[in-house]
Amino acid sequence: MNFSAIDPALLLASLMVAATPILLAAIGELVVERAGVLNLGVEGMMITGAIFGFAVTVESGSPTVGFLAAAVGGALLSVLFALLTQLALANQVASGLALTLFGLGLSSLMGQGYVGVKPPRTQVLDIPVLSDIPFLGTVLFSHDLLVYFALALVAATWAVLKFSRVGLVLRAVGENHDAAHALGYKVVRIRVLAIMFGGACAGLGGAYISLIRVPQWTEGMTAGAGWIALALVVFASWKPWRVLFGAWLFGGVTVLQLNLQAAGLAIPAEYLSMSPYLITILVLVIMSADRSRAPASLGRIFHASG
Amino acid sequence: MGVHAMLKLEKRPQPSKAFAYLTPLFAVFATMIAGGLLFAALGKNPIEAIRTIFYDPLFGEFAFYYRPQLLVKAAPLILIAIGLSLGFRAGIWNIGAEGQYIMGAIFGAGAGLAFFPTDAWYIFPLMIVAGAFGGWVWAMIPALLKVKFGTNEILVSLMLVYVAEQLLASMSLGLLKNPEGHGFPGSRNLKDYPAAFNDELITGSGMHWGVLTAFLAVIFAYVLLNRHMLGFSIRLTGEAPRAARFAGVKPNRLIVFCLGMSGLLAGLAGMFEVSGPSGQISIDFNTGYGFTAIIVAFLGRLHPVGILLAGLLMALTYIGGEIAQGNLGLPAAAIQLFQGMLLFFLLAVDLLTNYRIRLVKREVAQ
Repeated sequence: MNFSAIDPALLLASLMVAATPILLAAIGELVVERAGVLNLGVEGMMITGAIFGFAVTVESGSPTVGFLAAAVGGALLSVLFALLTQLALANQVASGLALTLFGLGLSSLMGQGYVGVKPPRTQVLDIPVLSDIPFLGTVLFSHDLLVYFALALVAATWAVLKFSRVGLVLRAVGENHDAAHALGYKVVRIRVLAIMFGGACAGLGGAYISLIRVPQWTEGMTAGAGWIALALVVFASWKPWRVLFGAWLFGGVTVLQLNLQAAGLAIPAEYLSMSPYLITILVLVIMSADRSRAPASLGRIFHASG
Repeated sequence: MGVHAMLKLEKRPQPSKAFAYLTPLFAVFATMIAGGLLFAALGKNPIEAIRTIFYDPLFGEFAFYYRPQLLVKAAPLILIAIGLSLGFRAGIWNIGAEGQYIMGAIFGAGAGLAFFPTDAWYIFPLMIVAGAFGGWVWAMIPALLKVKFGTNEILVSLMLVYVAEQLLASMSLGLLKNPEGHGFPGSRNLKDYPAAFNDELITGSGMHWGVLTAFLAVIFAYVLLNRHMLGFSIRLTGEAPRAARFAGVKPNRLIVFCLGMSGLLAGLAGMFEVSGPSGQISIDFNTGYGFTAIIVAFLGRLHPVGILLAGLLMALTYIGGEIAQGNLGLPAAAIQLFQGMLLFFLLAVDLLTNYRIRLVKREVAQ
């Protein structure tokens, strides 16, 4: 067992990389849930984004185009969910599951020709002076752009939800869709837009896994990241900054258990691999006492009867 | 004066019975069309593909071989789906059936292998009890967490699927590893251990103990839902939650029962599968039955007989899909997509059961 082999700077840096995909997906889902829709299809949207992003990057040679394609792909898939739940008024839990199963199947099918292919590398930030600072340089200033984008997205989401009219209307729809409808707000339209935003974010998160974190394509490679993102939103009591903290926590557990495995810790690898999922359960239990903070209309079907 | 006509959705006072029967058929039909388009996009003849998947296993050249396979594939799906449907009706979402299936297999196989190589009549029944217990205990985790802390059972049961998969790997490589397996991962094959083998009751029919249990489960669920107070409580909670509260239905009892029952049945399915068609505990033992069973439950409209038929239909897509893979080169993922589409269409078409589409003419003053 060789603990000294674990470099704290690298650990923290890889923590941020590990946290980014679930952070992206969770922020998207947070917006969706604040609008009152429970979209369990995050896993399906993530893996669809993963293959879209991967395929487009390989074909076009540019990771940027790939990420854009991933966002579009995730958003398109979420439109199916939006149609089902907002137009066809289907049960949201079942629809989300259908989306996940569909997304997993679709990505497997699309990914057939891409197993084992190496994608073009995404550029990592290399600021002349800042990136060379011994500890902080590795941790804070040497990441790819998407890590910073994710952080900016958290800040933007917080600001929009808290201070802008758009955010207020979204929250109103999520708390009481009948009242919002009576006030003249277009509930369905707002929810569809929120769902598409969530889909785009999840797609980006998935592409991050296939293009940067791994980077490769394998069937089912998200391995439950979408579900962890859903748990994150609950853990964060639907507050954006807490989502960031939660994502770091999960990223940290994931990275730590990998490092412990590599350092030769006496616990078998499979039990260490279970830890992120067990921690998720623990965290859910601790936070679930706080049910009162969920948006009041979350998961309820809206049908304008007027 | 202008007259505008538009389509309006009007909630039916009561879900339409006729549509409740028709919607699964509509959904299957729509999926066949969409699936045909998908196959055409993949470069396969759509009519031939659909025929290979749906017709050949039942009436084709080698149907005598495929028909028993239908029962083998359908049994775990029906068993799990019956359990899930009880919870789904009451709004209790057990999404972790896959994990309970795995745990049932581990417990069942473990119990059987513990007796190896003894030959005794009580080994198989003990395995059944162990398998049921394994699944039940795994489902009790989300159940108790929900009852005590109000934790969301969807996420807990799902996380436990990933934990169960890791446990499966750990067992295949460690505790349950075959000592005579030349170092390969995986347990002893239960086909070589007659006292523990889940054999066919009627040779050549594919009907093993799991199939029999699936049929019994259908009957059990039907009786429970239609004749027993608990079944009534389940149905009431799903259809009229407020009335259920006034009627004194205890939600905690329902949660523990529904999750426990679905875990038990999923565990049984896992146990029958590992001691029969699959044969051994290995890292890739689980093939997603726990998730496909969700589709089966909805396709069967959460009704026991419906689930029986839906399970057979889903088994047909599995078997037909395998044939299409071999004969037409259709990728396996296409069948997964096909099954996902089925659930999508079913949920969409279900709209007609609960809502009426009306053409409304509105006069607009100018």
